[in-house]
Amino acid sequence: MLKINNLHASIEDKGILRGVNLEVKAGEVHAIMGPNGSGKSTLAAVIAGKEEYEVTEGSILFDNEDINELAAEERAHKGVFLSFQYPVEIPGVSVTNFMKTAINETRKAKGLEDMPAKDMLKLIREKSELLEIDRKFLSRSLNEGFSGGEKKRNEIFQMAMLEPKLAILDETDSGLDIDALRIVANGVNKLKSKDNAVIVITHYQRLLEYIVPDFVHVLYNGRIVKSGGKELAHELEEKGYDWIKEEVNA
Amino acid sequence: MELKEKLIASFLAFENEVDTDTFIHNVRNEAIKIFEEKGFPTKKEEAWKYTSLNSVLKDDYSVFPNQENTIEYNDVKKYFIHDIDTFKVVFIDGKYSSHLSQTTHDGLDVCLMSSALTKPKYRLIVENYFNKAATKDSLTSLNTAFSSEGVYIHIPKNKLVQKPIQVIYFSTGNESATMLQPRNLVVVDENSHVQIIERHQSLTDNPVLTNSVTEIFTNKRAIVDYYKIQNDNLNATLIDNTFVKQKQESVASVHTFSFGGKLVRNNLNFYQTGERIESTLKGITIIGDKQHVDHNTLVHHIEPNCESHQDYKGIFGENSTGVFNGKIIVNKEAQKTNAFQANNNILISDKATINTKPQLEIFADDVKCSHGCTIGQLDESAMFYMRSRGIPEKEAKALLMYAFSNNVLNSVKIPEIKQRITKIIADKLGVNLGFDL
Repeated sequence: MLKINNLHASIEDKGILRGVNLEVKAGEVHAIMGPNGSGKSTLAAVIAGKEEYEVTEGSILFDNEDINELAAEERAHKGVFLSFQYPVEIPGVSVTNFMKTAINETRKAKGLEDMPAKDMLKLIREKSELLEIDRKFLSRSLNEGFSGGEKKRNEIFQMAMLEPKLAILDETDSGLDIDALRIVANGVNKLKSKDNAVIVITHYQRLLEYIVPDFVHVLYNGRIVKSGGKELAHELEEKGYDWIKEEVNA
Repeated sequence: MELKEKLIASFLAFENEVDTDTFIHNVRNEAIKIFEEKGFPTKKEEAWKYTSLNSVLKDDYSVFPNQENTIEYNDVKKYFIHDIDTFKVVFIDGKYSSHLSQTTHDGLDVCLMSSALTKPKYRLIVENYFNKAATKDSLTSLNTAFSSEGVYIHIPKNKLVQKPIQVIYFSTGNESATMLQPRNLVVVDENSHVQIIERHQSLTDNPVLTNSVTEIFTNKRAIVDYYKIQNDNLNATLIDNTFVKQKQESVASVHTFSFGGKLVRNNLNFYQTGERIESTLKGITIIGDKQHVDHNTLVHHIEPNCESHQDYKGIFGENSTGVFNGKIIVNKEAQKTNAFQANNNILISDKATINTKPQLEIFADDVKCSHGCTIGQLDESAMFYMRSRGIPEKEAKALLMYAFSNNVLNSVKIPEIKQRITKIIADKLGVNLGFDL
């Protein structure tokens, strides 16, 4: 589904990614871990199409198509979803109107009519129940005055509404208490199928107790320096990242 | 001949044509003298520092379009708020159009300034109110000198007017360039409530210069909601001089939606002459091309315990320029005043400009006054967030602009106006978002 080859990316001429290789197949869950500043969030943003980053080398193939030249919205239409580490507040646009616009614009891009209002309401009801989101919450301005946990839950609600092929969860566990973490993880797990894939970006192993990865990768200095199974996450939790750094620098 | 000379030369002929009531005659004569002395304002004047009329004044305007022109309702229906029942007072090239209008004398007067200025039954009101709020600056004086037609609205006390009143000035462009000077008078007596919608619309690309004066008087506990929809074409210039004089416990609001025109100057003045008055001045400006919109507001707090709220949002694209100059005066006697002013702007082009200037003159010591102005760009992180959800760039921009204007739209009390404004914004941005915010 996703094939990243020798990806180099920079922002304002500062190289952040320096040769990332990663392949994610349908049905898989990958975790990307690593110390602060290793390029985890950059990798997520580059896959999603943030224009500030420039890809200087390498390629990103999504369903065998090079998506590097595509705008963020075109990637979204193809099924790429990024759950933001810091979801942006947009005063004046309600959660419901935002989702209606996102879904109908995606449908428009695929040559489909707008979703009938009745179906939209049903979908919103169904998915908000899945994330245990109060109906009143949906008429509030997007992310404005939301607590950290509410923001993250709202991200996964959007993911549930859009049903992406590839979901990238960037530090979704940060700022979540244990109950919210369980709700979010439960939501992600229910949405998982053999046809979609998830990349979990996290600093800690905590979320991986709930969303169990098939593969764990360690990103350090803009490269994936170690890959393994879920036991690698435990090892990192126990030993920290210093031994990885030493291994790389040796 | 320069426009100024042309106007002064035309004055005598004009005066001979209209009925000369002594009171009005004197007012007009005094006014033309002021205009003769001051002339059109130039950039040398502080209040006109950022707005030049030079490009507007060079056209050879016909100053008294005399022809009776007609237009079919179906051709101009889109300029009306037509999905609700309203009173309508419609003018074509400065002349009253009875077939497009629906006036009334049934318990309230919604009719013509020309009647009010000449018929004895309106005499008392006219003598008490006409030109009593308008200032003696040159443009207002010019209008006063030539005042003959416009809308006259008098709401007697304890009357809740169920239907909004629409006042529309069309110009047909039958003359190569037209100057219009509508004069409106609105008097709302004790405990009454009225909603008014005003629009100036030219129907061709021929230049039009409108120098309009509106005086609004709200007596004790009266409520007035006034909406100005400015979405004219690129050769139309509007100078709108509006004066709102409020008495105790009255509540007045003016919303100004500026989306079009070559040059728009809104001189909006509020005078609070009583206690516990509320005044609201709000506006949304979205322009592009080489358009210029200037909001020049004044709120004069004269008595204690009053409030004023100003909230102006502006979005400027291409080579457009905007001006906001908001003056608040709090007299020494006006203790416990609560005056709020905000002006937020977004520049979506490198070539667009906004000049914003709050001016506070506070002579009382126990007041709450706040003001703030911001100039920024569309939030890039918000853009990426929306685009990553599949919302294309153009729609994402539009959504952010809606969101930005939302505060002002939310205080519009007539839902049909809100819908109309939303639609104008969507049309202007070339998007169809399929929902109302």
